[in-house]
This record gives sequence, structure tokens and C-alpha cells, in this order.
Amino acid sequence: MNFQAVRSIYSFEMARFFRTLSQSLISPVLSTSLYFIVFGAAIGSRIDEIDGVSYGAFIVPGLIMLSVLTQSISNASFGIYFPKFLGSIYELHTAPVSFVEIVLGYVGAAATKSALIGLVILATAEFFVDFEILHWGAMLAFLALTCISFSLFGFIIGIWSKNFEQLQMVPLLVITPLVFLGGSFYSISMLPPFWQTVTLFNPVVYLISGFRWAFYGTSDINIGISLMMIAVFMLICLGIIGWTFKTGYKIKT
Amino acid sequence: MAAILSVQNLSKQYDGGFQALKNVNLEIDEGEILALLGPNGAGKTTLISIICGLVNASSGTAKVGGFDVVGDFRQARSLIGLVPQEIALEPFQTVIDALRFTRGLFGKRNDPALLQSILEKLSLWDKKDAKTMELSGGMKRRVLIAKALCHEPRVLFLDEPTAGVDVELRKEMWDVVRQLKQDGVTIILTTHYIEEAEAIADRVGVIRGGELLLVEEKERLMQRMGQRQLRVELMQPLDAIPEALSRYDLEYAADSQTLIYSYEANGERTGIASLFADLSKAGIVLRDIETKQSSLEDIFVGLVEDKA
Repeated sequence: MNFQAVRSIYSFEMARFFRTLSQSLISPVLSTSLYFIVFGAAIGSRIDEIDGVSYGAFIVPGLIMLSVLTQSISNASFGIYFPKFLGSIYELHTAPVSFVEIVLGYVGAAATKSALIGLVILATAEFFVDFEILHWGAMLAFLALTCISFSLFGFIIGIWSKNFEQLQMVPLLVITPLVFLGGSFYSISMLPPFWQTVTLFNPVVYLISGFRWAFYGTSDINIGISLMMIAVFMLICLGIIGWTFKTGYKIKT
Repeated sequence: MAAILSVQNLSKQYDGGFQALKNVNLEIDEGEILALLGPNGAGKTTLISIICGLVNASSGTAKVGGFDVVGDFRQARSLIGLVPQEIALEPFQTVIDALRFTRGLFGKRNDPALLQSILEKLSLWDKKDAKTMELSGGMKRRVLIAKALCHEPRVLFLDEPTAGVDVELRKEMWDVVRQLKQDGVTIILTTHYIEEAEAIADRVGVIRGGELLLVEEKERLMQRMGQRQLRVELMQPLDAIPEALSRYDLEYAADSQTLIYSYEANGERTGIASLFADLSKAGIVLRDIETKQSSLEDIFVGLVEDKA
């Protein structure tokens, strides 16, 4: 195991994050603030409490997840796609590193970045709404698991993408709808029974539900099932990455 | 000298069915400079890419320092530095950061003194804090060399180091390569400039259509394959080659005032003395003579045409 290599990749990626701080931090914070103003303050004041939580507070976990998911995917996919685009990826192939070091470095950095963004959004939310966090440990654990598993997913997208268009496609066409329909802004129980069943096929539902449980102690779905689903998702991503590197699919000719 | 690189029965067929390498065998001694010479698309880059880990071979093995490039890839790659054909650098990274990054990838701790000496050798030290995108093309190429050297490899691959580089810079690059050889680094470079192989290589491998046609010491290759030409300038133009000289297989130059006589450089009897005797017997007066050794280029063209 080449830890020095992991460190090099990790710090290189983090340097990129801090170099483009305005882009990487300010824009998600700004867009989340806008959500809070529109949905939390303006519209939220006319919506009843959900499970004893005010609407403004109810959407906090969902909004954090929305940013964390998109940021994890875009950070991780861009991080590995860019060297591919530049050609500088040759260095990774010719260095004494296996996919384990590469994934630890790139995915670790992407997950760190999105976790930081998540925490900054959480702090921002304090300015707009009153809320308490019941289970801090569970909240942080869920945040970390989500950041890691979706950074893994983003890494796959970055490796498989042939151009910038494909790189944007999955987050735009798949993730945004899944997050919006995943209960960021409403409780699953508010849906008609048929759509409740359909929703159970959306993996994001489990994330948001579990994350919300960590905040307020109530959830649409049993917390154990939520945890299991995210673990399964993570294992699938790891499996795909392992297979990709083993066969050289989309990486080597 | 022990072989630092050993390639056995290496073949590569790309997915599209293109056979880029056909059963290539090659041994390279520590400390030598080998030039792989061949036209574009001959398989030079594929061969290097397989050894360096960029491309998977279809069959055959390659070992560096006794380590298999697939099975013991960590040990094998630690010994290798690669300078790629295309300039590929992170544009926002500074030169010194780029070197630190590469050294880290190879599992080595930062060594400021070493990095400084590498950058100084490549005349890049004053640019260490410049972003790579601010550098000229020649400097970028030298940064790639610096990156390839910063983990102290024993074998350095240079893939077309002077493609698209001006004459000045090419000479500079050759000096760098010679300097590296003095430092004990084994160098394998690909090129389609014969001039380049002639200038710096110890041995030359000619590759074409995925086949390694030959690998031979440059001097011996030039000696073996080399033809010498004797050009004899005459005082008076000749209408025809006199009967007495017909056995010499002489050619006329366009001005019909110069006779060209080709002979094997290492032949026991070159026939020059008797040619001169016969010329004077025939009453032909000479003005000047010149001999010319055929270059590696002539040899190469002859070789490639032969096999075509």
C-alpha cells in the first residue's frame, strides 16, 4: 500500500478545492440560502408542521442532502475526468499505485469537500430557521456515508464519461429528479399510496429519510433499512470500480 | 552488463483488430541509450506504453529490473520514468508542486535538494514557482522530463522527445539525454528522426508494422549497412563513360562532369586505387574528389523499402 501516493492525490485535489473556493463553496451556500428564503420563509410559513416539525426546519436535512449529493458527484467525477481530459492521467497509470490508492485519494478528497459543504450549509441554515439535532453522531455518520458513496458514484461517472456532456448528463438528468422526488421538500406519507410504493425504488429516499431521522427522530422509513440501503449502494459502487480497474474497461486499451 | 529491460514475445492487438505489435523480443542493457526508430504508427508508442503500464499486452511479457510489469507492477514501475509524447500537465499547478506530486505518487517523501538539482540541470529552477500553463512549449517538455526523473528511475522512456520541437531545442534535449546517460540512467527513446538516433543512441532498433526488424549497435549498423560514395569531379565533361571503365559500375551526375562510384565501406578491396589508375590511363583529368558515408537515414530508407 502506497500511502504517500494517497496523500499526494488527496492534497492535490484539496488544493484545487481551496484554489476555487468561491466556486466550490459560495455557490452551493448561495443556492441553499435561496431555497431557505423561498421555501422556508416565504412558502413555508403557510404550510402546516410535518410530524411536529416546522416546514422550514423540515427541509433542512433534504436541502443539505441535495447539495451534498450533487457536490459529491460533480467533485469526484470532475477530479478524475480532468486528468483524463488533459492526458495527465498517464502518471497514475505509470506510478506504482493500484486502484485502491487512486480511489482513496480522489474519492476521499471529493467526500471531504462535500462534507465540508454540507456542514457549511448546516451552519447557514441556522441563520434562517430554528432547529435542533437529536442524534449528532448519526447525523455525522449519515453525512459521511452519503459523501463517500456518492463520491464513489461520481468517480465512476468521471471514468466512464467520454466528454464533458456525458459528465454533466447523469447529475442533471438522474440525480436532480431523484433528489427532488426523494422527499427533500415533503414527507413520503403525503403521497398517494401508489406513488409511495414507486418512491421506495428511489435510493435517495432512504438517505433523506435517515438523515432527517438523525435531526428530528422521525422518519418515513426505518433507520435500519436506510442504513442498509446506503451500505448496499456503496458496495455496488465499490464493486463497479473494482471491476472497471481490473478489466481496464474505459481506462486502458 | 545485465539486461535491465527484457521483453519477450510481446504482441498487442487492439480491440478494433489492429495488430500493433507482433511478437517483439528485446533486451536492453543498463546504462545504454536505445533509439527505437520507425515511421508513424509503427508500434513504438504501443511498445513503450505496455512496458510503462498504459496499455495491456495481448500476450508476452516485459520485465524491468527482473520485475514483471504486470505481476510485480509496483517494483517494476518504481524503476521507470516516462516522458510522454504529448504535453500533459495540470495547467494551474506550479512546476515544483508538479514534481512533488509525482514523487509522492511513487511513494517517496519530498526531497527538496534532489528536486532542486533536477530543476537546475534542466534550467527550470528559476521557473519553479511558475504555473505550468505560463511556460513555453520547450519548458513544458522539460517539466515532463523533470517529473519523470524526480523519483530517481533507473530506466527512462522518452516518447518522441523532440517531435515538433525546433532545432535549437532539439540539440538542447540531446544534451540533456547525454547528461542523463552520464548519470547512469538507461534511456529508451522513440523517434522518427533518424538524425536523432544517429546523434545520441548507442543502439538502434528499427520497428515497422509492429515488428522489430533489427536491433543493432549504431556504429556496427552503419558500418555493416553503410555504403560509401566516391564523387570524382572532372576537368572536362564526358560524353560517355569510356570502355576501359565499364567494369566499375559508375554513375553520372546530372552535370556529366562528375562520376559517382559506390563501394562497400568495409570491403577488403574498395577498388579505388585501380579506378584512379584506369582513369589516368584513359587520360581523364580530375579536378576534385570527395567521399561520403551514407547516413543512418539512407540505411533506414533502404531497410524499410526492402521489407515493404
